[in-house]
Amino acid sequence: MSDDNHIHILDSTLRDGSHALSHQLTAVQVARVAQGLNDAGVEIIEVSHGDGLGGSTITYGFSKQSEFELLDAAAGVVDRGKLAVLLLPGIGTKDDLARARDMGAQVAQIATHVTEADVSEQHIELAKKMDMEVIGMLMLSHMGSPEKIAEQGKLMESYGADVVLVTDSAGALLPPTVRERVRALRDAIDIGVGFHGHNNLSMAMANSLVAIEEGARWLDACTCGLGAGSGNTPTEVLVAVLDKLGKYETGIDLWKIMDVAEEIVKPLMQKPVRIGKTSLTMGYAGVYSSFLLHADKAAAQFGVDPRDVLVEVGKRQAVGGQEDILVEIAMGLAKEKEQGTG
Amino acid sequence: MEKTGAAILGSGNIGTDLMYKLLRSDTVQPTVMAGIIPESDGLARARREGLTTTYEGIDGLLEHAGDFEIVFDATTARAHAAHAPLLKKAGKVAVDLTPAAVGPYVIPLVNLDAHVGEPNVNLVSCGGQATVPLVSAMGACAPVEYAEIVATIASRSAGPGTRQNIDEFTDTTARGLEKIGKAARGKAVIVLNPAEPPILMRNTVYGMLEPADPERIRQALADMVRRIQEYVSGYRLRAEPLVEDMPEGKQKVTVYVEVEGAADYLPPYAGNLDIMTAAAVRVGEEIGRHLRAGTWRKR
Repeated sequence: MSDDNHIHILDSTLRDGSHALSHQLTAVQVARVAQGLNDAGVEIIEVSHGDGLGGSTITYGFSKQSEFELLDAAAGVVDRGKLAVLLLPGIGTKDDLARARDMGAQVAQIATHVTEADVSEQHIELAKKMDMEVIGMLMLSHMGSPEKIAEQGKLMESYGADVVLVTDSAGALLPPTVRERVRALRDAIDIGVGFHGHNNLSMAMANSLVAIEEGARWLDACTCGLGAGSGNTPTEVLVAVLDKLGKYETGIDLWKIMDVAEEIVKPLMQKPVRIGKTSLTMGYAGVYSSFLLHADKAAAQFGVDPRDVLVEVGKRQAVGGQEDILVEIAMGLAKEKEQGTG
Repeated sequence: MEKTGAAILGSGNIGTDLMYKLLRSDTVQPTVMAGIIPESDGLARARREGLTTTYEGIDGLLEHAGDFEIVFDATTARAHAAHAPLLKKAGKVAVDLTPAAVGPYVIPLVNLDAHVGEPNVNLVSCGGQATVPLVSAMGACAPVEYAEIVATIASRSAGPGTRQNIDEFTDTTARGLEKIGKAARGKAVIVLNPAEPPILMRNTVYGMLEPADPERIRQALADMVRRIQEYVSGYRLRAEPLVEDMPEGKQKVTVYVEVEGAADYLPPYAGNLDIMTAAAVRVGEEIGRHLRAGTWRKR
């Protein structure tokens, strides 16, 4: 098969999955999952706090174990695959990235809001200077028009990125809206194009396939779908589907990745990843998936419906990183309810 | 009352907004504005307000050295690094609004007294000005083990300087929380939000405190907010501070504030820039008071 039929899969179970586990992963767990993914032939294995390097905070949730310890644990077992980290400028810093590089990270995902790519210039340049592969992510891509995505993707390309992903952080895109975004990006840039999906509207797999049809060759996925919101495209299912299509290869052994899902990742899950009413509302209203557990918790603390919290988040056009407003909103809704003005 | 003369270096958005605020000051008189673009709107406005103007930057400014004792630098970090030694040599006190941080960080209500006599003081960052006083107020009740802030600003209020070096904001603000706010450990996050119409600057400030009386914490925060409002009119709480009991009698404190700009020249949503120019005026007024009393000298 030609190179054009190779799909590069980045498994983010140990990064996006961190959200679903409230960032409670331990080094022992990380080593087991990373070993399994590596042995199954996964090309890129990502390990970070869910909100990227430096994300361990009150706002986003403290990590049980420092991400550098987790990275170290993964670096000890990953020899076939490449180790990746995520960095969101504004949360993590260049120092964090340099430290991750020292610990063996070879790939850097640098993510910004879909309209704010210019905050990533220095981080992308540093990653390239450190000889890392750079995947730029345009988060909450549903909030940007295809033209905006093309423009912002070109910025990331100009800073040195190797790949740019349409990143459906809210799981709000549908096949037609994925198609026009990936197409616009592919037409605008000469580097790799990819897609990162969330399953809030049960569209992660369908969206991934549409993205591939439009030329995306870099797909993010999580084993068991373990990720923020209703989870991500499940790695083992994506491999099975691509095998069955017969046109593409991933280098991943289907039986082995199914075993990793069943025997290593599933036992870690605190609850099944499913489309619940809060995460469905996220996809429907277009809210950042990582807000899920924070919204549920804030709503429970103040006795309000998490869906009302999310609707207010939508009204305020909140972007990724604004988890800090959830408690304030829940508090405000509770007060309105008490005063009978809600 | 006799006023202290002040110059503004930089005729962009910040310098121009600062000029309008200084024109209202009872104790500091803006006399000269220096830019580098002859046709800049800021210089034209300065001329209309009766200031002497020059488009020859620091060199042009120093030709009028007799007209001012304080220089507000609203240029860039790189430019200020070059300006600082020249201003010092000329015997002028520099109030640095850039991230250059040649001199010590100052926050008006918190630590200016500790830096009386410095030839050059730096205003930290907008996030620092908006949040460090609150952490300091918490610290007056009990030691702060950890302080964390999230500053969300309108995309349109973040200029290219901020965007190209966003780590400068996070690093500088975190250091401000530690050095001036006296938190044992500090962490700062900045989020740019592109919503239209643009959002006001909002900040969430968290403190993890050693055992303390929740009522005392609430009172200290309310007092501090009131004192900040004296020089930043659009600074206000978005909700009552949340004080939560943690294990071992410790307290977790959460404060939500927003900053609406006074719209002197900058748009009202740019509270992040307004709080910098407002803090600069406050610092300049304090320096002026010392200069007139002869007490601004190195001890």
